[in-house]
Amino acid sequence: MTRPISLLLAAAACALSASALSAADAVSMDDPNIAVDYEEGGRYYTEDGIPTFNVAEDGTVDWPTFSGFRRYHAECHVCHGPDGEGSTYAPALKNSALEMDYYDFVDVVVNGRQKVGAADNSVMPAFGTNPNVMCYLDDIYTYLKAHGSGAIGRGRPAQKEAKSDTFSEMEDACMGS
Amino acid sequence: MKTLTLLTSGVALFAASFASANEDLMTRMDDASQWAIQTGDYANQRYSELDSINRENVGDLQVAWTFSTGVLRGHEGSPLVVGDTMFVHTPFPNIVYALDLNEDGKIKWRYEPKQDPNVIPVMCCDTVYRGVAYADGKIFLHQADTKVVALDSETGEVLWEAVNGDPSKGETNTATVLPVKDKVIVGISGGEFGVRGHVTAYNMETGEQEWRAYSMGPDEEILVDPENTTHLGEPVGENSGTNTWEGDQWMIGGGTTWGWYSYDPEADLIYYGTGNPSTWNPAQRPGDNRWSMTIMARDPDDGMAKWFYQMTPHDEWDFDGVNEMILTDQEVDGEARKLLTHFDRNGLAYTMDRLTGELMVAEKFDAAVNWTTGVDMDPESENYGRPAVVAEYSTEQNGEDVNSTGICPAALGTKDQQPASYSPKTELFYVPTNHVCMDYEPFRVSYTAGQPYVGATLAMYPAPESHGGMGNFIAWDNINGEIKWSIPEQFSVWSGALATAGDVVFYGTLEGYLKAVDSETGDELYRFKTPSGIIGNVMTYEHDGKQYVGILSGVGGWAGIGLAAGLTNPNDGLGAVGGYSALSDYTALGGQLTVFAIPD
Ligand code: HEC
Repeated sequence: MTRPISLLLAAAACALSASALSAADAVSMDDPNIAVDYEEGGRYYTEDGIPTFNVAEDGTVDWPTFSGFRRYHAECHVCHGPDGEGSTYAPALKNSALEMDYYDFVDVVVNGRQKVGAADNSVMPAFGTNPNVMCYLDDIYTYLKAHGSGAIGRGRPAQKEAKSDTFSEMEDACMGS
Repeated sequence: MKTLTLLTSGVALFAASFASANEDLMTRMDDASQWAIQTGDYANQRYSELDSINRENVGDLQVAWTFSTGVLRGHEGSPLVVGDTMFVHTPFPNIVYALDLNEDGKIKWRYEPKQDPNVIPVMCCDTVYRGVAYADGKIFLHQADTKVVALDSETGEVLWEAVNGDPSKGETNTATVLPVKDKVIVGISGGEFGVRGHVTAYNMETGEQEWRAYSMGPDEEILVDPENTTHLGEPVGENSGTNTWEGDQWMIGGGTTWGWYSYDPEADLIYYGTGNPSTWNPAQRPGDNRWSMTIMARDPDDGMAKWFYQMTPHDEWDFDGVNEMILTDQEVDGEARKLLTHFDRNGLAYTMDRLTGELMVAEKFDAAVNWTTGVDMDPESENYGRPAVVAEYSTEQNGEDVNSTGICPAALGTKDQQPASYSPKTELFYVPTNHVCMDYEPFRVSYTAGQPYVGATLAMYPAPESHGGMGNFIAWDNINGEIKWSIPEQFSVWSGALATAGDVVFYGTLEGYLKAVDSETGDELYRFKTPSGIIGNVMTYEHDGKQYVGILSGVGGWAGIGLAAGLTNPNDGLGAVGGYSALSDYTALGGQLTVFAIPD
């Protein structure tokens, strides 16, 4: 469990500043922040090595993106609303996942962020020590990116790729079982 | 010598205030011109004898005055009126205002506690607070960070403080407290963080802790007498709070106590319900998980339990049992009975004998409820009092990593904390409800102190094959277990109702309407759109001989989060996407009190 977290923290520390995307614009699947460059152990990456989603023509989503749907709706939706659509309490993450640089996104989740003193006191908790979040953060990120870019709609993805052995091994190692 | 006289007079004073504390509050609760407790009275009836606003003239209601709380978040609960002073609370940071009703609501004093903002995210869904309590010249504030503060009701000066829980372990507060006799009864939130629920009594004068009763754990910690504390008439026996759990799971077992509390002064018993067992993944906690999901009757003096009734053994859906217990004296089959009526999250409305804990009625208060075929009412049966679970909707039987679909109600329940009201004139209960169903997929989670401990993924949507809305406002007959009438609402009704002797029932809606309906027929008599969605509770009072009705606006809470972007049934396929009814199309954040009256 320690390994992936420290990896993520290290990644967050040397954050790159990638070009921000405005979610309002139609998002092209050729966007370098989205387009799949390679696959590794059932997870897809852009040419910069940033996790991304892969949705087949028949709507089948990659397993990590499906896993992200599940984990998002267990850990994040109580504040950010169903399907990353935003709520009276917290911003729409389907947009944040596109607008924010990956490393900034990870940084906020690991360390949290506060806007206190305003009439609408706003606190994003730090999840850095929570394996239920940290072990699935890339999954959640790609799920939100997939929904934000319109590649998948609201609700549960109907079809998914099978869970890969690599994914299972990493999951077990991370969750400590 | 001087010290001695001082001491004796101190003792005399003490004794006097002890005897009067409860009586003072009871006198004020009986006086319809005041609204001295969040729940209207100890019985939680939310009924007022005031009738100058009534069925004939309520259509003429107008806004008399307004007050902005300065906080933009979910505003639950209501103001109190004690004498000529109104007390208004806010969500985090939990400001308290004392408004002088003789001077157009001029601020007499305000109190703003300093709290660590790190408590905010531990509160799960929004920073709501269901209001202050009054007794014996004191205002009791229970902060989000679980600090209980007694303030001088005249000056706002802090008289004592007590810390009830540890937010770093996920213990927080959203509920009001119940002043009873010489004690203040206090609950706890945090079921989604693996908190073990408890109820605690503090001395009203000093703030010292007098007793604490956990919801699960060893007998001496849950304050039961194995022989004399009963469950459906049978002694609970030894170790009842641990022997339906596997291993140490009870230590992070949930069963939190964040709902409303009621009190029967004659029987001298307090009543409340406990929340869901933790986690939401039932496979991680085999057994009945007693005493989560339980109605409890306890002696306020020492906390000892008189009787329990576990409504949803081994919860599989997050159906917290915390909703209010409404106490009524009614005739059943020609016999005068002391009743307790409870509208549970699980979609069943229970009528019980509040002295013995006998189960009299358990019926669905929304026809959509499908996870159970009903409760076994045969005292001879080994399943007496148990709901029969429908296999298709059992997240336990379907197993981990399986998505159980079409479960009604959703986790937010057919009704959440938003309190119902009861009119002794009609003998009907007026119940704000949700009409929402869900898909629920449990999976394995690991526990980290102070981190969410949920273990399920949920999708919610309006009840299928119904009116398409997400709520109903119903009138309920608790003796026959029947809906008398039902008003469909576009969104969940998340506002506490008020019934009055003027034959009117008031409630708020998430779009922001204050509505008045006829208590006999449900016909709408009045509506007014306030500045933000309503999740507060309607209250009424009289000042200078004039009746007023007050309501807090400020959308938020679980409803604001779940419904902001709208919900639709994921199983309906793409065709239904246009069907989202988004709350954000109707209202935005706010924080305002609106007070209504009939113009002269
Ligand atoms: C307790 C409520 C809460 C929970 C649970 C929560 N968040 Fe947040 N989150 C917030 C709030 C409030 C903000 C806005 C903070 C601010 O104003 O700086 C926020 C902001 C964020 C941001 C920055 C968004 C932006 O556009 O700037 C990210 C990214 C984020 N959250 C990710 C997550 C993820 C992923 C999860 C689930 C693992 C999660 N959050 C769970 C409350 C929450």
